[in-house]
Amino acid sequence: MSIRYGSLAVLATAALTLSAMAVFGQEAERKGIPAPPGHVFKTIISGYQFRTKETRALQDDDLENPGFLAVERAADMWKTVDGSEGKSCMSCHGEAETTMKGVGAAMPKWSEKLNKPVNLEQQINICRTEHMKAQPWAFKSKELTDMTTFIRFQSRGMPVAVKTDGPMSPWFEKGKEIYYTRVGQLDLACASCHEKNNGKFMRADFLSQGQTNGFPTYRLRDQRLIPLHERFEGCMFDVRGVPYKPLSDEFLALELYVAWRGIGLPVETPSVRN
Amino acid sequence: MRRLIPAALFCALLSATARGDEPIRLDVVDYAIPKSLTGAPGNADAGKKVFLTRTLGNCLACHQVSALKSEEFHGEFGPSLDGVATRYNTAQLRLIVADPKRIFTDTVMPAFYKNDGLNRVRPEFAGKPVLTAAQVEDVVAFLETLK
Repeated sequence: MSIRYGSLAVLATAALTLSAMAVFGQEAERKGIPAPPGHVFKTIISGYQFRTKETRALQDDDLENPGFLAVERAADMWKTVDGSEGKSCMSCHGEAETTMKGVGAAMPKWSEKLNKPVNLEQQINICRTEHMKAQPWAFKSKELTDMTTFIRFQSRGMPVAVKTDGPMSPWFEKGKEIYYTRVGQLDLACASCHEKNNGKFMRADFLSQGQTNGFPTYRLRDQRLIPLHERFEGCMFDVRGVPYKPLSDEFLALELYVAWRGIGLPVETPSVRN
Repeated sequence: MRRLIPAALFCALLSATARGDEPIRLDVVDYAIPKSLTGAPGNADAGKKVFLTRTLGNCLACHQVSALKSEEFHGEFGPSLDGVATRYNTAQLRLIVADPKRIFTDTVMPAFYKNDGLNRVRPEFAGKPVLTAAQVEDVVAFLETLK
């Protein structure tokens, strides 16, 4: 009897070792970029590296990547006049392919006028209400997410390059505080999963570093593009916490801080994730 | 007057619920809870169900258990629970399930029997522990089988 259990234990250990090796094997394949001095990670790794071969292939093929439907829709909207000023985005900004290059990689950005940082969604609505005299688009609306995706796509391949000093620094500190604060009945902080446990298998999924370089991202689970603040909301809700509101100061601060955690990663919008 | 009676009853019910949400005080002795939370031993079969149910223990999300090989997707956040009953006694297991941060201060593991001192809890869960006292006892009884 004891021999039987003994051999079972050996088998179990062997199985665990094998699965551990498989995991290490995948980890070895996860390519990242070296983090700047003083950063929390040694290597900054995009969520892309944590996804399956199939999911990566879907992202890499512009014809198959479902996020490109949004890019195409917004390319048309870019040229479409809306609002009482009779303007389109193009009236002021010309060809997005040249004028919007790099814009999405540097958001959120300080606004002197508002005396606070604004993200891409907010800047789009500022343009609409102030310069086009058009209605702002609601957060999570197809229009706003499409346009955000389209503008961010113009920075694809460019490094995430947010500024965190000067007037941004209290916002950065606020975002950091939120990142490390445990919330909800399950008492988890962003850091509990994405800093302490990234790369590990959690139920049916590998936990990533929680990088934002691919947002808005096409989530296979939802079959649509998900803007970053909706993802933040989802995480907080899932730990049974009350999420902050999308586009709130709290999520703006968190967006800034998390962008810094991924500083230098290439923008991948529209990325494909689980 | 007739209308007032149901309203008063409703208010009484509400405040009764509120009173039910008093902070849980665990009887911790030497990093363990020697007494059953219900005064009775738990049921290992019921505990296995709580252990596996995603809206209850959801323990496999983070832990591996060889005895539950037929279940998919064992997580890697926490240690394997194989032989956990040989490493901890019942009283220690009870505290580890109820409020693990009392022992492992840095753990990411949630407390399953704690209802205060938490941040921004969704209203439907506010004042309530993840598991009932009986469910904690059942899970402890199940863990006892992992030798």
